[in-house]
Amino acid sequence: MKKILIVDDEPNIVMSLEYTLKRNNFEVFIARDGSEALEILKTNIPDLVLLDIMMPEVDGYETLKRIRLEEKLNDTKVVFLSAKNKASDIEKGLTLGAVKYITKPFSIKKIVSDINELLN
Amino acid sequence: MNNYVLITIIIFYLVMLFFIAFWAEKNSKSKWINNPIVYTLSLGVFCSAWTYYGSVGVASTSGAEFLPTYLGPVIASPIFIVLLRKIMRISKHQRVASIADFISLRYGNNRFIGALVTITCLIAILPYISLQLKAISETYEIITLDSSSGKILTGSESIFTDSTFYIAVLLAIFASFFGTQTADTTDKHIGIVTTVAFESIIKLLFFLIIGVYVTFFIFDGTEDIYNQISQFKDVDTLTTFPDVYGGFNWFYMTVISFVAVFLLPRQFQMMVVENDRERYLKYVIWLFPLYLLLFNLFVIFIAWGGNLSIGDTANPDYYTILLPLKNGNIVLSLLVFLGGFSAVISMVVVSTIALSTMLSNNVIIPYGYLEVFRNTETERNNKYIKNIRRFSVFSLIIAAYLFYVNFSRELSLFSIGYISFVIIAQLAPSFFIGLYWNRGAARGAKAGIIIGLVVTFYSLILPLILNGFFNTNSFVEEGPFGIGLLRPYQLFGIDFLNPIAHAFFWSMFFNVAAYLSFSLMGSGNYRERNYAEMFVRSSNYSDLQEGAYVWKGEAYVSDLRRILERFLGVSKTERALELFYKKYDLPKDTVMADAKLVNFSEKLLIGSIGSSSARIIISNVVKEEPVSLPEVLQILEESKETIITNQFLKDKSEQLTRLTADLKRANEELIFQDKQKDEFLDTVSHELKTPITAIKASAEILIDDDEMSLEMRERFLNNIVEDTERLSKLIHNILDVEKLSSGREQLVIKEYDILKTIEEAIHFVTAEVNCKKVTIFNVVPPMSLKYDEDRIIQVFINLLSNAIKFVDESTGEIKIYLENFPEYVLIYVEDNGKGIPKEDFNYIFDKFYQSKNQNTKKPLGSGFGLAICKHIVESHGGSIWAYEFVEKGANFVVKLPR
Repeated sequence: MKKILIVDDEPNIVMSLEYTLKRNNFEVFIARDGSEALEILKTNIPDLVLLDIMMPEVDGYETLKRIRLEEKLNDTKVVFLSAKNKASDIEKGLTLGAVKYITKPFSIKKIVSDINELLN
Repeated sequence: MNNYVLITIIIFYLVMLFFIAFWAEKNSKSKWINNPIVYTLSLGVFCSAWTYYGSVGVASTSGAEFLPTYLGPVIASPIFIVLLRKIMRISKHQRVASIADFISLRYGNNRFIGALVTITCLIAILPYISLQLKAISETYEIITLDSSSGKILTGSESIFTDSTFYIAVLLAIFASFFGTQTADTTDKHIGIVTTVAFESIIKLLFFLIIGVYVTFFIFDGTEDIYNQISQFKDVDTLTTFPDVYGGFNWFYMTVISFVAVFLLPRQFQMMVVENDRERYLKYVIWLFPLYLLLFNLFVIFIAWGGNLSIGDTANPDYYTILLPLKNGNIVLSLLVFLGGFSAVISMVVVSTIALSTMLSNNVIIPYGYLEVFRNTETERNNKYIKNIRRFSVFSLIIAAYLFYVNFSRELSLFSIGYISFVIIAQLAPSFFIGLYWNRGAARGAKAGIIIGLVVTFYSLILPLILNGFFNTNSFVEEGPFGIGLLRPYQLFGIDFLNPIAHAFFWSMFFNVAAYLSFSLMGSGNYRERNYAEMFVRSSNYSDLQEGAYVWKGEAYVSDLRRILERFLGVSKTERALELFYKKYDLPKDTVMADAKLVNFSEKLLIGSIGSSSARIIISNVVKEEPVSLPEVLQILEESKETIITNQFLKDKSEQLTRLTADLKRANEELIFQDKQKDEFLDTVSHELKTPITAIKASAEILIDDDEMSLEMRERFLNNIVEDTERLSKLIHNILDVEKLSSGREQLVIKEYDILKTIEEAIHFVTAEVNCKKVTIFNVVPPMSLKYDEDRIIQVFINLLSNAIKFVDESTGEIKIYLENFPEYVLIYVEDNGKGIPKEDFNYIFDKFYQSKNQNTKKPLGSGFGLAICKHIVESHGGSIWAYEFVEKGANFVVKLPR
């Protein structure tokens, strides 16, 4: 069972993602901001991280940078989920090492198929 | 010829002149009078009896020496257009009535200079007039005795049997009648001008006739005369210069007459005072030389003819009249007499009018009669002024007559004429240099004129007096006390000039030297410098004359009006003031006169009583304060065009620099605002997308998942509702903040109790308070204030919600209290929460600011709260801020005006 970490400060969005991913047989972890995510990543190595960018304290970019510093997380794929849809933001996200950049509002079915594609 | 016949002819001729003068006064607008030819002919006043008789005398004895007198004016005439135009302009604007006025004005309306110039002119012109009388008298006797001997008679035994006396009286009547028609001397004497022009025609015509007669009838043309004279005399000495010194003499004599054509009072009177039409000048520059040329055409032939047929038996001055007489042509000699008489009349009349104006305006009125004028009526004032002038005219002519009777009989026309010129020339440095050099000062002018006169007296007049009365020549030959260097005709060893040129050279030398050095010794007072500036820069004269006048002090319009009325009459004063008010757009009931009006009044008076007197009278009603030197300098400096230009450029450049800075600032501001707007839009879109994303996801799940439990379904539906609420609240806030910041929001301000309003706000947040178990202490007293209640409630809800967000659960405390001041109240909302992070302090009132210190699981609010609060409080005329250094928590203050 593949492991997915959802990092977002919007509880309602997190709830939708959690429900759907669980129903598609993923093991789901949840963090409400960057620092919480990094805490979880100390003990868990997910296959994929769904990462929001605009969060209090440690934002998505910063979180990804720190993830990339951890050798054991080398195989963990990171997908950005953000309302920021400017080309410069997307480019920044991808250069930092994200495999995909999904803009909000997103289609939840599309996310599931994208994740399946990435993990197979 | 019979004595009575000649007197009848003379009277007939004078009556004709009276008639012409009357006719001209009546038809003063006629184009027969107002044309450049009449003007040029009026300048023919330059040709006096000296020209008519004296030139021939000189030509017969010294040849070409008679020419410089006319060469000077001929050379001068091309520069009339430059020099005379400038003089005319100044004179017209300043209402100058004589050369004395002109020079004294140039040096700050200096009373002493006016008098000095007048005295100088008097000394120069009085003997000159007496010469004219002498010419009349002698030619009269030549004709009546019908003698061809030309022997000079010693005159009648008594004045009253002397016909010259009666002719002098007739001239005086003529001059005083037409010369004093109005009290205002700047008014034109059209009658005089026209008769002078007429006389110029007569004298030229008759002189040409006699010239033709002598050359072609007595002799057989010019060649005949030349051939005959060359056998009889050494023609070369008469037609060439003996050496280079002769050339020097010639040069100086030319310069003397050059100067005289401007400065002789009669010339100034005709050229400037009687004429202000600049356009005539372009005709004058060729017509006037032409006139002089025609006049000199036959001089040399008449002279030689006289030499040949009369010789040394008679005074060569009178060859002109003797030649026809000798040949028995009495009619022709009568014509010559009338021509000479015309020359005399025009010279005497114009000179005495000019001198009487100067005498009354620059000596008598300013030095003695002022007191009489201050308190009398217009009518009587004008009468006084006219009487003074008439009296002056009469006494001048009588004085000239007496001078003639006592002194002039022995002198030749030519020498006295040149002495006059040299004396008049003493005014030249002050006059000409002063026109173009603004540092020329009154003290320089005084010193120059006085020292010039002294030198002239020493080197020209004193020898003549000593020679004439004491019959001693030792002064001339050995010098005073035998000092050779001080010999009056060879001063400091210069022995190659004739006495006239010599006196002219040395007097000018000392005059100019004194003028320059005294002028440079220091600057004059403000008044003087101001006038100097005006004269030198006469091209934009009209700007200067009223505007740049440096004047500090006060005067009442009523005082000025009273004075003006006394001299000009009520209606003329009224008209003048009306024009003035119109020009400067002043109300008619102005009480205090400004510098312009004072200056204007003074100028109006100058025409009537001369510049010095006008100045004194005006200064009597004007309380003048001394203007400090720095002030004057500043004004003078600023009036200089270059500096103005520089200043202008500097100002412009500064303006540009300022503008550039402004633009740069504005640009930066725009860029900043643009960036802010971008960020704002970014944030707005982010904030809008977040709930939309949640709603969309929940809805998708609900559609796709049929097997979902009822409980889960309810939770998702709840989420949708919650997010929708959040969305609508957000939109409402965005619109709200835009409305507030654009000022479109209308506040409904009424009187409310602030305690009740705050309690209302607390009521709104009860749910959150209970949820987090926060304690609120409200110690605000009941107090009546004016505000928009809904908006103020909104402010306190925001502040309370923020406080609730940041305090800890259970231990959270919020205190609300009020401080009362006379002008305003301060309402504090204090909590014991996490406080405001230092780095955020400057941004908390910005739109979309969201603190990271929020203590709820999910950050609540849109980030608009404090921004909205700020807008609301400020639109009430209050302000809102947070205390930066508090021990714990945050402390917000709302300041509302009472």
